[in-house]
Amino acid sequence: MKPLYLLAAALPLVAAPPIVIQNANVITVTKGNFRGAVLVRDGKIAALGEKVMVPPGAQVIDAGGQYVMPGIIDPHSHIAADSINEGALAVSSMTGIEDVLNSDSIAIYRALAGGVTTAAILHGSANPIGGKCDVIKMRWGKDVAGIRFAGAPPTIKFALGENVKRSGALSLPGLTPRYPGSRMGVEDVFRESFTAARAYRREWEVYRERLKRGEPAVPPRRDLKLEPLVEVLEGKRLVHAHCYRADEILMMLRVAEEYGFRIRVLIHVLEGYKVAKEIAAHGAGATTFSDWWAYKVEAFDAIPYNAAIMAKKGVLVSLNSDDAELMRHLNTEAAKVMKYGGLGETEALAMITINAARQLGIDQRVGSLEPGKDADLVMFDRHPLSNYAKVQKVLIDGQLYFDRDNDASARAAREKRRQELLEKQKAQQKKSPGERKGPAERRPQ
Amino acid sequence: MRYLICVLALCGAAPADTPTAIALRDARVVTVSGPTLERGTVLVRDGVVEAAGENVTIPADAWVIDARGLTVYPGLIDALSVLESPEAAVASAGGARTVTQRPATPAAPAPTNRGPEDRPLNHSWTRAADLLNAADRRFEDARNAGFTTVVVYPGAGIFAGQGAVVNLAGEKRRMVVASPAGQYLTVATSRSFGVFPGSLMGVMAYIRQVYLDAAHYQLQRAAWDRNQPGVARPDYDRALEGVLESPRVLLPAGSAVELKRMAAFARELQTKAILYGAEAGYQVPEALAQTGLPVLVSLKWPEKPRDADPDAPVSLRTLELRERAPSTPAAFASARVPFAFYTGGTAPRDVAKAVKRALDAGLSEAAAVRALTLGAAAIYGLEARLGSIDKGKIANLVVTDGPLFGEKTRIRYVFVDGVKFEPPPPEAPSAGPGAVTGGAR
Repeated sequence: MKPLYLLAAALPLVAAPPIVIQNANVITVTKGNFRGAVLVRDGKIAALGEKVMVPPGAQVIDAGGQYVMPGIIDPHSHIAADSINEGALAVSSMTGIEDVLNSDSIAIYRALAGGVTTAAILHGSANPIGGKCDVIKMRWGKDVAGIRFAGAPPTIKFALGENVKRSGALSLPGLTPRYPGSRMGVEDVFRESFTAARAYRREWEVYRERLKRGEPAVPPRRDLKLEPLVEVLEGKRLVHAHCYRADEILMMLRVAEEYGFRIRVLIHVLEGYKVAKEIAAHGAGATTFSDWWAYKVEAFDAIPYNAAIMAKKGVLVSLNSDDAELMRHLNTEAAKVMKYGGLGETEALAMITINAARQLGIDQRVGSLEPGKDADLVMFDRHPLSNYAKVQKVLIDGQLYFDRDNDASARAAREKRRQELLEKQKAQQKKSPGERKGPAERRPQ
Repeated sequence: MRYLICVLALCGAAPADTPTAIALRDARVVTVSGPTLERGTVLVRDGVVEAAGENVTIPADAWVIDARGLTVYPGLIDALSVLESPEAAVASAGGARTVTQRPATPAAPAPTNRGPEDRPLNHSWTRAADLLNAADRRFEDARNAGFTTVVVYPGAGIFAGQGAVVNLAGEKRRMVVASPAGQYLTVATSRSFGVFPGSLMGVMAYIRQVYLDAAHYQLQRAAWDRNQPGVARPDYDRALEGVLESPRVLLPAGSAVELKRMAAFARELQTKAILYGAEAGYQVPEALAQTGLPVLVSLKWPEKPRDADPDAPVSLRTLELRERAPSTPAAFASARVPFAFYTGGTAPRDVAKAVKRALDAGLSEAAAVRALTLGAAAIYGLEARLGSIDKGKIANLVVTDGPLFGEKTRIRYVFVDGVKFEPPPPEAPSAGPGAVTGGAR
């Protein structure tokens, strides 16, 4: 059964001819830039350089001097999911984005048009411990199983500050306001939760010890809220922590260290420049905005030099969108860190590719153009850090998922079909005007 | 003997003037289970089909209906309908609060909602068989449109409760054919930021935790029952009891993404499941066939909302869905996805029109009839009792003067548990008791 299944999975890749993108300005991000070619075979980058052998039967794409770079990786977004926040509880770690991914979301296609090939889809920031997150590739047209990034390490969302504590102000008549209502309460939620997770882990250890001794035992109740927290304690689940202020960033790092785990990525982290050394010492990455702030009090003390300062202090920094629209021009966001902070082109592009991949633990697969990595490529008509650059083609696993020319030429046919259906359905409704309504009609929901 | 028969008839649900046996003679008989008889006789006695065939000897005590030119079908089954009962409405308003022990005095602060362990929006133990109101006018409307059986469910909450297969006539205790028929799940949220679950992801996690808890509850209970040392007596949990006594679970799924999502979820929950909704089923018939899950297809096809803004642009995707949703049954039939229909808010008298759209989209008439009869019965494990015209089956029949889904076809008689009803002519306002002859109650 298994070999057959594997064969079936491999068939489309075997059948696809190799692709050679020639005459391109190649930006590898990790191995320099050159004018040359990229060979794609079986969904992977097989070779790249100034001169690449064109295998027989290969499909050749002449880039005509256009720019080829690794697919952009957005380490924090909220697209392609049917729900984002389970905000009713202070701890909603039993929930997961995987349960609600929606591969039909048009935001996936739009992300492709902005050169994004991979994104982390995060739970929202309504509560201190949010849900499990997921990583997807923008394989537009595939189903939910088809868009998931197989092998990406599991993650979870934490959040601090105003979003979390102002839950007290959202109280409705008859409802007890949700705890916590202050920053110190937020810290307490983490301590209480991880203390409970330790006790839960111990409960299972006791059970397994009894089994080993051959004593009869009933397994403990599986707790879907605490299971992911045990994985965090054991370093098997990466923590993405939403934060703004320097003091609460330090709190988060210290609580994690006390419980023996690490924060993988600090999100937003607008005051990160104040505590960059401490962040670097902890080993956390940071993902921030280039110049988006002042949308709430805790986001006032921000500076556009944040990304550059953190990077210079040794923090692994990436840029993220947090938004379906911003997601479509992360390349220009990267350009801003050159203006503010004087980073180089490669350092800027690394913040939307390889650095994000490292933060998500998928840098062996994506984030740069190197032999053996997934063939996730974006072709820009100009240098991707230019305001005028437009995405021309996007390949994921060596398959073409976006082509600007194809998109443009398909529009007329789509519009024609749309008009036909509109007319047809209008005529149908005229034929049966005002259907009678039955008494007490009700539809299960 | 005759006296005895009369007494028996009085004891049952049938009105006193109902004969013990009725023969529909020389009718076209669509048995569904076997070949259609072009000229057959169906003999009904004591609420069941005593004989159906081309050479049936009509006993002396049977009333004979000359059914030349008429067609006899098995009674139609609405595979999912939601009860509107005062009890359910109260339960729904109470929400999470009804499952906690605190007194609900207005002055007391509302209890905090801790999550799945509080069992919010959970009425899994309630039974439609207990809640149903035999005098519900919708039952009569449905019967007049040829429905003899409805699978009814309590309608409130995420775990809404146990369904019941009910016949649409008689006293309440006679109506219930099977109970519990299944656990009706919805993805209703609290629609509030303050009450769990407030999101789809919360609902999914909650359902998953409840099923894990139910399995653990069983384990712990069994260990305690055999006096295993060190095992604490589990707290009685009616929400888990309700889940454990459900023979199957109904999961909502309309779009292609939802159909695949819920099919995978059903596998994960390790329980027998039925998907319902399926407006975009035509997009994924093969994937559904592989799961082997039965699907209930709503006959409320997606259409432009009545109050839609005429100037609002409509996407191609939406238009395609409206165009192609009625091709779902045909796609299911050719991929061998077991399916049945439910009215889903379509008025019973508009059902034929709704089915006609599926026929226009490629579904054969035989497959449509089967989906509304034997197909539905089989999904609920009742194929030996309902859904076809065979000896020994419950005598639920529809007698028409033409093809079941024909525009001009009229339903002449409906038999429920062997009791004959005559629907009023379609133009007349809804029937008063005087309009019904055979089965006046």
